[in-house]
Amino acid sequence: MLKKLLFLVIGFSSVTYAMTEPANAAAEDTVYVFNTLLFLIGGFLVMWMAAGFAMLEAGMVRSKSVAMQCTKNISLYAIAGIAFWVLGYNLMYDGVDGGFFGSFTAFSVPDPSADAGDYSAASDWFFQMVFCATTASIVSGTLAERIKLIPFLIFVVLLCGVIYPIQGAWQWGGGFLSELGFSDFAGSTIVHSTGGWAALMGALILGARAGRYVDGKVTAMPGSSMPLATLGTFILWLGWFGFNGGSQLALGSLEDASSVSKIFMNTNLAAAGGVVTAIILTQILYKKVDLTMCLNGALAGLVSITAEPLMPSPLSAIIIGGIGGVIVVFAVPMLDKLKIDDVVGAIPVHLLAGIWGTLVVPWSNPDTSLITQFIGVISIGLFVSAISAVVWFVLKSTIGIRVSEEAEQVGIDKAELGMEAYPDFTK
Amino acid sequence: MKLITAIIKPFKLDDVRKALVDLGIEGMTVTEVKGFGRQKGHTEVYRGAEYEVNFIPKIQIDIVIKDEILDSATSAIVESAKTDKVGDGKIFVFDVTSAIRIRTGEVDAEAL
Repeated sequence: MLKKLLFLVIGFSSVTYAMTEPANAAAEDTVYVFNTLLFLIGGFLVMWMAAGFAMLEAGMVRSKSVAMQCTKNISLYAIAGIAFWVLGYNLMYDGVDGGFFGSFTAFSVPDPSADAGDYSAASDWFFQMVFCATTASIVSGTLAERIKLIPFLIFVVLLCGVIYPIQGAWQWGGGFLSELGFSDFAGSTIVHSTGGWAALMGALILGARAGRYVDGKVTAMPGSSMPLATLGTFILWLGWFGFNGGSQLALGSLEDASSVSKIFMNTNLAAAGGVVTAIILTQILYKKVDLTMCLNGALAGLVSITAEPLMPSPLSAIIIGGIGGVIVVFAVPMLDKLKIDDVVGAIPVHLLAGIWGTLVVPWSNPDTSLITQFIGVISIGLFVSAISAVVWFVLKSTIGIRVSEEAEQVGIDKAELGMEAYPDFTK
Repeated sequence: MKLITAIIKPFKLDDVRKALVDLGIEGMTVTEVKGFGRQKGHTEVYRGAEYEVNFIPKIQIDIVIKDEILDSATSAIVESAKTDKVGDGKIFVFDVTSAIRIRTGEVDAEAL
């Protein structure tokens, strides 16, 4: 204990010393400890985003679908972790070397020799795994209230074990996009748009909820709990500090500590910008502020800043996030016009704001170009959409992906789970 | 004996109850109800989609009283439930042929 304490004191004093000296003055062990700590703290904050998605979705679906939505969220998080351990991690990170995917070496994470680097190999696995789970959470919200549990979970296995890792390898694994100079700091495209494309393909192939679009009119289906949706959004906002801050991938030098702090600041400002534009626009357009749009606005602001949370000035961060909020307010009714039923607004928030965030990177980061950003968005979009569409079609034509219309009317909770979220409530 | 059925705004219930208790009313029955009147409900916007609220939540009060306090009871309800805005509700009065208190078997006026 005393030894550890002494070690920490030495660690801190060398950091203090480094104020006047080059940043690499920190002891090697200290760098390892702080980098690993960032992965662990960032990782459990992002893990907690699974709770945020669960609560946001529970609040946005009707009360007859809440128990199923919770079931999907706890299941997908568990399955994502296992799939990313069995296959995903090595497919994404092991020996990509400028190519298109890593190795198919199952069951071999973490590699003990990897611990010799600047951080613990298991901490890196954990940090990358929770990002993969976030992608799957995005899909469940869009397809809520009408998709069957088992085919949804089969899709999650393939998304987290194969689809997400392959496109992630292109950039974060050192594949062809990273060689090209594409830049996606914490995953506006790699995590959020990927989830969004998979959700969009699912929504198109699955169809809208029964009674949602009748005679060219949209039937509003208000969510079951605004407090839960709000709590979920706050949890996601908190988790995002791990998502973006942790993506600095290092905390072992003064420069890294300063960068992580700037990222926290920009991340918060972008979310705030998204909320404020949603408040203003819904007040102007509908004469009343729409809470659910404000919640989506916060998340769209966060997704928008995720591709480059470090380089923008604070004012730029507010503008980037604020435009995310604008995207939400206009894209939600636009999707309804196209009869694409996205229960929680995941497509505007994650797909469209993700594209926006990725394309705006060159505004603040001079080392990037609009063309390579565009290539990244398009190549990942095409790949994820094509594979997802095939998987959804195969599932649809074999085991079926949709519950019966009667089950939907009764409620997917009672029909598929034989359970209600709120059994004591009077109807 | 008369039965008064009053449909009022939910947030006016406490005021109406107080006004009736001050008159000496011994009991009342309250029900949460939904319905529409001449306005035919109203519209709201949720996530950019306009939707109709066809049935608006109201409170229904039922009291049975002696004939002689009918006028004072109805005017007490009118005064306490009034907001001068649409949707204040309505009062209906019916004749009651008999009343029995279950515990004692008392009938009519004694049972009220």
